[in-house]
Formats: sequence, structure tokens, C-alpha cells
Amino acid sequence: MDQARIRNFSIIAHIDHGKSTLADRLLERTGAISERDMRSQLLDEMDLERERGITIKANAVRIDHITADGTPYELNLIDTPGHVDFSYEVSRSLEACEGALLLVDASQGVEAQTLANAYMAIEAGLEVIPVVNKIDLPAAEPDRVAAEVASVIGGDASEVLRVSAKSGIGIDELLDAIVTRLPPPEGDPDAPLRALVFDSYYDTYRGVVALVRIVDGRIAKGDAIRFMATREDLTADEIGVRRPSIEPIGELHAGEAGYLITGVKDIDLIRVGDTVTHTDRPASTGLAGYAEPKPMVFAGLFPTDGDDFERLREALDKLRLNDSSLVYQAETSRALGFGFRAGFLGLLHMEIVRERLEREYDLDLVSTAPSVEYRATLADGSTAVIQSPQDLPDPASLTVVEEPYVKVMIISPSEYIGTVMELIQAKRGEMGDMTYLSPERVELHYLVPLAEIVFDFFDQLKSRTRGYASLDYEPDGYRPSDLVRVEILLNGQSVDAFSTIVHKDKAYAYGKSMVSKLRELIPRQLFDVPIQAAIGSRVISRETVKAKRKDVTAKCYGGDITRKRKLLERQKEGKKRMKMVGSVEVPQEAFVAALRISDE
Amino acid sequence: MPNPGEDHPLSGGPHPGDPGLADLAHTWKSAYVHIPFCRRRCPYCDFAIVDRVPDRAAERRYVVAVIAEIRMEPDFGPLDAINFGGGTPSLVDPSSIGAIVDALEDRFGCSAPEVSIEVNPEDWTEDLAEGLRTAGVDRISIGAQSMHDDVLGALGRLHAADQIRTTVAGARAAGFRSVGIDLIVGHPTESDDAWSETVAAVLAMDVDHVSTYGLTVEPGTVLAAEVRAGAPGPDDDVQADRYDFFLRHAAAAGIHRYEVSNHARPGHHCRYNLSTWAHGEYVGFGMAAHGHRWGRRTRNHRRLDRYLEAVEAGVAPILGVEELDTAARERDRLMLGLRLAAGTPRTSAADRFLASPEGKRFVDAGLVRTTADRLVVMDPMRADMVARAALSVSGGDC
Repeated sequence: MDQARIRNFSIIAHIDHGKSTLADRLLERTGAISERDMRSQLLDEMDLERERGITIKANAVRIDHITADGTPYELNLIDTPGHVDFSYEVSRSLEACEGALLLVDASQGVEAQTLANAYMAIEAGLEVIPVVNKIDLPAAEPDRVAAEVASVIGGDASEVLRVSAKSGIGIDELLDAIVTRLPPPEGDPDAPLRALVFDSYYDTYRGVVALVRIVDGRIAKGDAIRFMATREDLTADEIGVRRPSIEPIGELHAGEAGYLITGVKDIDLIRVGDTVTHTDRPASTGLAGYAEPKPMVFAGLFPTDGDDFERLREALDKLRLNDSSLVYQAETSRALGFGFRAGFLGLLHMEIVRERLEREYDLDLVSTAPSVEYRATLADGSTAVIQSPQDLPDPASLTVVEEPYVKVMIISPSEYIGTVMELIQAKRGEMGDMTYLSPERVELHYLVPLAEIVFDFFDQLKSRTRGYASLDYEPDGYRPSDLVRVEILLNGQSVDAFSTIVHKDKAYAYGKSMVSKLRELIPRQLFDVPIQAAIGSRVISRETVKAKRKDVTAKCYGGDITRKRKLLERQKEGKKRMKMVGSVEVPQEAFVAALRISDE
Repeated sequence: MPNPGEDHPLSGGPHPGDPGLADLAHTWKSAYVHIPFCRRRCPYCDFAIVDRVPDRAAERRYVVAVIAEIRMEPDFGPLDAINFGGGTPSLVDPSSIGAIVDALEDRFGCSAPEVSIEVNPEDWTEDLAEGLRTAGVDRISIGAQSMHDDVLGALGRLHAADQIRTTVAGARAAGFRSVGIDLIVGHPTESDDAWSETVAAVLAMDVDHVSTYGLTVEPGTVLAAEVRAGAPGPDDDVQADRYDFFLRHAAAAGIHRYEVSNHARPGHHCRYNLSTWAHGEYVGFGMAAHGHRWGRRTRNHRRLDRYLEAVEAGVAPILGVEELDTAARERDRLMLGLRLAAGTPRTSAADRFLASPEGKRFVDAGLVRTTADRLVVMDPMRADMVARAALSVSGGDC
């Protein structure tokens, strides 16, 4: 197809603002899919994506659209994730587009995450079409939201489209706008091939499937191709598009997007961000690639049953095939045995990985409190990277410990400014600037230690603002900080899984809260179990789980021994989800609760 | 160590917690007869009962069925003990009890068996006492539950503390060899004082045997519904305190624990009881009765109509059977023996448990003590903690 009649675009939207519904509606309206085959959220393939209503992986779908005057157009919808943990993947997808739809819920208004992604799109030179969705809902305020959108991204409120993806209102107008307002791609169709790998996934039968955007030249099935960064020479075994079902085609031309299969099974040979060219007529320079995503949050993952260690390794290896941002290495914990220390893009990413491991690989896992990556400078001048609290050297040998900071953007109704500021203060944040988007909504900027964000910041922000505030953040380097390691001891034995690095001013509150929470969670046992929080050898909090006094059934009715035995066995089963820590039985929830701890 | 209680005129015979006695009890053969009728169901009770007083015809039909079931039973015995439980065995005419005892002796033969029966204080009369003596009963177990009228009311019982005293005195006068009291420990409305009054009153009555059952909230009972609706339930710590209080005072009065819930003067242990926990053999007759003999557990129909229909059709009224292989028998003997003051022999199952990390934990903590040939749980209130661990080691996966 002539590049003038190709439009590549993505949809930027907050969770629940209706992105997947809009994508479904576009597919349906253009006849790419019949109403009968309509399954909601066609683009979201993973169960987890559908369940949580979020998109985790990028996806590209070709839509054939014929305008009112009969001109055929090729629209490539490049779907992107919508959560702060995956903003890196958003930036990748945007590189493959010339335009973006900024989709905003007519009753909610702009959210921080969406705005950050919209700014990212504008900075990348994309044309952005603002769209207000769900205009037919009773609580919709399309005028107010349109004005707000126009004020934050520039432009006039009259340029904001109004649709209801659910009922199909305004979809034709939106298709027209995609054709008339978004620019066509402008690659050189005759130049040597340059195609951007903007995502990849692993298919058990077909190996690595690369999603590519052809910038210059063309690629045909059977071509000898080269991945410029990895210098890997391969053959284009299959190329094709999704409509949304997979459809092999003969060629992809400049301006088009599609998939490429080379038969390669090793995910590391095909890197996202790499440029594909021809072996016999290579491009002189590759396209600007991407920086590798850096894990921001670290946690230990341990199988409840020590025998599952190898299964956990295999499961992680498999997950990584589709998630190169997941990193892990084997780790041994005194309390939890053999497991892995894994790095994640954020807390949601961590939760998703954990949930997939438990659900898709039938593993029972205990995860340790999440931690960020600290930097320590030792007295001898050497430096160390600290990913796990156990790695923090003895205070005496330390000169300085630094922690990562992030720039935080929060958009909140203005009535909650006070409570948001309180939260930021409690989280050791520093106030930046503040902009009123409208009299009712305000955009706030702060500098906050990442460690404070990864605990429960988002939950607290939501609960303090009745769910109305939204959050985005980006890394902003390291700063020295007064940090200590708080250890939790059960029955006098330090439990590495519970120890954490916190700011000195918060150590007491953390220790006290952890200790009292564990006292609630740890069932009474054979003997008294003291629970202590300590910094070095100094105990800062202590409680005791008193020994269980009574654990016996009264009577064996009429000699019914079988019933008694079955009762005991049922109770025994109930104890299986316990983990032995030294001589103390600790329920799984206790480890989960370590994640949920808050400074209420 | 001499014990003041052992001077008691009624004492004589082995200490109830004697290991030799427990091992002997393992070889005893008993018969259990279930008399399911009750005036009404107590709020905490989930036993298989029929909550009405039987008329003459209904009582006769049931007794005839039990006797027919006895005659159907393959060779067993001779019997060392016969126990009538319920329900409320004192609701039927003592002549019915006598007829069943006769049928058991006819069928199985007896070696001077102990015949015991549960009676409710509200049923007590001199005629009942006379009738039970004539029937051959030599042990009376009185369903007292408490010596405090407020607590008796809260438990939904139909008698008062005075009737318990009358029953004990009457049973003594009638010449039963052993007289025992059953108590319920730890009703949520019972105060510490009410409990100490009960303990003092019971020990003052010169009984030979006391059973202490911790009140348990069983699913499907009125009590369970009340607790679910927010009423206080029994508290484990309170029950443990009350139990310990009882143990101390009973021991001082010469009544010693031989099983978690059973305590007796030397020579006055309940044979049927001791044998059950020592994993002896027993055969059960009547609705919902359980048996254990030749490595097989049986259980009868739990509904009266089904039980009667089966027996009257000449069919054994058995609802279910569980076969136990050697390992399962050892496992069960270990599980049950952990409740005995005498402990349980060092079978291979017991040794496997002791060698396991779990077993070692209990030994290290002092909860389990071992001798060359026995294993004993030192704190009866935590016997199940040990039993669960023992089951997980000895593979309780059936």
C-alpha cells in the first residue's frame, strides 16, 4: 500500500478508560471482525490481562478501512500497556507510530499516567488526537473533560472527539480523524531495509515472534536478514500481520507494521529495539534503539515446598521468554531455603509475575518484602550495589549509603491537595511545583525515595483521594540517606525474609508494626515465641506469641476412631501452607503481610 | 510416692495410669451398646440420638433389634467390659438393660465383665438403682456436667445440683462398685468460682471416677449457631486453666488422670474407656454404634429407621467398614495412646515418629518423654498437637 494511505497509531489511556473496548469497536466497525466473533478485549490475550483489564504486552493489528469516498486505508493499531511499571514498553510502541489517540474517560478526566504517556508521545513527535470516551454515561462531563484535555496537551476543546466505545457513538468520526489528522509514514521505500523490532514474544511452536515496523525499504518472505545489534544473520521464514487473527503475507513495505518469524528459539538473539536489515544490502546505520529497562524493585521468590525449586527455575525461564525485563538469580535464605532474587519494573510487574508463576505453573510461593537497589560506599573507598537487605555491610564499615529517588507526578482533585501533601511528607518526599489544570484539578510534582513508592504508596494515594488521584514517576538518580537494616527475629533467630532497609526515622515504626502484625499472624505454638525487631544488636520492639495451652478434642463419640483421625488429618492439611522458620511455624500470609505493611 | 487418696476405703487395685494396665487393656474385649433416646437434645450435642422418650412398644422394638444384632455377630469375646452409652440409657427400663446384658453373656461369654452405664440425674429413682443392680450393672457414670445450677441451666440440662447429690448417694447405697461423675469444662458463662465450687463439690462426694470433657462447639448444634451469631464461645486458655485446676485438686484427693478426659481412684478406671484408648477391641450394637475387631472398623446406620429395618430384615445394620492393615493399626494405636497417662509402647510407628524432626521437636520441648519402651505426652491438653505430627510421619493418608 502507498504510504500516503497508511496510518500507524496507538491508544494511550488509563486503566478502565476503555482502551480495549475502543479497539474492539474499531475492529468491529471496519469489519475486521464480525459481531458474532466479538469477544471482549480481543487484543488482550493473557488471562491475567483480561482479568485485570490491563494490557501488559504490546500488540499490532492491521485494520482495513474504506473512507466515505471509497478510498481504502491501512490502519495499524499498535496497542500499548497502560501502567507505570510498563512505561518503557509504551515508549517502544510509540516509536512505531506517527500518531496516538489520547483516550480519556468523560467522568474521570485526565490521569497522571495517561498524561505522562501523552507527553511522551508529543515529545516523540507524534500527532495526538484527544478523545473523550464514555460520553453516554450518566456521570459523564464531556465538556469539562474536553476542556481539561485541551488545556493539558494544548489545542482547542473543539478538536477533542467525543465517543462511546461501548455503544459505538462517534466511531465513524474517529476513523475519519485518524485518516485526516494523523500523518502518514515517511520512510524511503527504495532505501535499504530498516525495520524496528518494537516488541517480541515467544510462541512454543514458532519460536520468537518479532513485532516490526518497516521504516525504509521492504521485506519479503525468504529474505536473508540481519539483526544489526546482535549481528545475527537469519532468514525471514514467515512474515505477516494480525487482523486480529494471524495472517501470513508475502511482503511488508515501508510504513507498515507486522510480525516476523525466523525460527529462532533463543529470545536473546532477537532484541527489542534492534534494527532488521538485509544481509546482502545492509543499511549503513541502525535506527535509534532503546535503552534496556532497568529493574527498580527486587524481592526474593521462594517455593513453599523446597522440592519445587527446579520447577520455579523452569517457570521463570519460560516467563522470561516473553518478558525480557524480568531478571533473577538464585538466592539462599536461612529462613526460606533455596529461591531466587528477582528484579521487576515495579510492584505491579512483581505481582503479575508472582501470580503467573502460581497460576500458570502451579507453584506455591513465598515472596519477601520488596526492596530497591541501594548503593553503599565503604570505608576503603570501594562501592557495593545492595539488592537485598542481607547484603548491606556492617554500619561500621560504611561511609555512605545512597538510595534511588524518583520524580513523581500526581494529578488529583484540588480538594485533596492537603492529604496528598501529608502523604508525601510521610514518605520523605520533597515538594516540587504545582499546576492547576482547572480549578478542580491539580498537577503536583515531587521528589520521593523510590523505596517509599514501592511499598504501598499507590494504595494510600488512592484511599486518601477516594480513588481520584493518579500517579506517574520516573527515576531521578541517587541521593545519600540515613538508612539502617531492621531485622526481625523469631525465637531469637533472625528471619532474613522479614529484614528490610529503612530510613532511620522510620525504623522504630516499621519494627513495631511488623512485630505486632506478626504476633497476630503467627499461630500459637508448642512454646512461647518471642518476636523482636532489632537494628544490629539493639532490640527496638518485642512481643510474644504465647504457647498454645489447649490442643485436644474432648471425646471420641461411641468409639468413632475414624472420625477423630480424619479430623486430625484435616487439621494437618491446613498446616501444610506453613513454612518452618527455625522451629517456628509461620503461615504464608505472614510473608504476604510483610508486603502490605503500612505506617497507619 | 504415697498418695493420701490411696488410703481411701474404696481404693485398691492398680493406679489407673499404670503402663502395665494400659497394655493389658489393649488385649481386652468390650461391647458397646448405644441407647439413642434423649428427652431432648442438649444445645452443644452432635451425637447420634433420637430426641424423644420411647413408649413401651418403641423401647421393646429397639431392645429386640439390639438383641437380634448381638445374635448375628460372629464369634467375639469373652467380654471384659460392657458399656451402655447414649443418648440416655437411663431412659429405658432396667429390665431392657438386663435383657441385653444376658444376650451378650449368652453370645460371647464373659470373664467377670465390668458392666457400666451412663445415667442422668433426673432419671434417678431407687427402682432404677435396684433394676440396674439386678441387670448386673456395677459401674454408674452420672451425667452431672456441673454442680452449679446456673451453669446447668446454661448447658440446657434438665437436672439441678441437688439431684446429682441424691444420685451419687443413691448409687453408693445401692452398692455399685464404681460411681463416676461426668463434667463439662469451660462453658463460656461459667466463672472460675463456679468451676472451683463444682470441683470441690464433686471431690467432696467421694466418687471413684470423674470424666472431664472440654465444651466443644460442634458444627450444626444450637451452640454453634449461637456462637456464629456472636455469643461467646469456649476459650482454650480458660479451659486449660480449669482443667489444670481440676487435675491438681483431683490428684490431691486420690483421683488420677489415666486418659485426657478420664480420671479415677486406683482400681476404678473404666475398663471400656481405657481399652478404647489403648486400641483394644470392641463390638458396637445399636444405632450408630462403632466396632473395632480383627483389624476392621465398622459403623452402624445413624438413622433409627434404617437401623431397625436392616436388623429386622436379618441384615447386619452396617453402614461402613474400614479395613486396617498392620501399619494402620500401629498408627491408630500410637494416635490413641498419646492420650493415655501411661503413654504408648515404642512400636516401629512410634520410633519413626520419635526419629522425625517433628518428634525431636516435641522431645526437646519436653512435651513428649520417652523411656526404653514407652512414649508419653506430658501435657494432656496438647495431645492432638503431637497426634497430628505423629500422623503426618506415620502416613495417615487414607
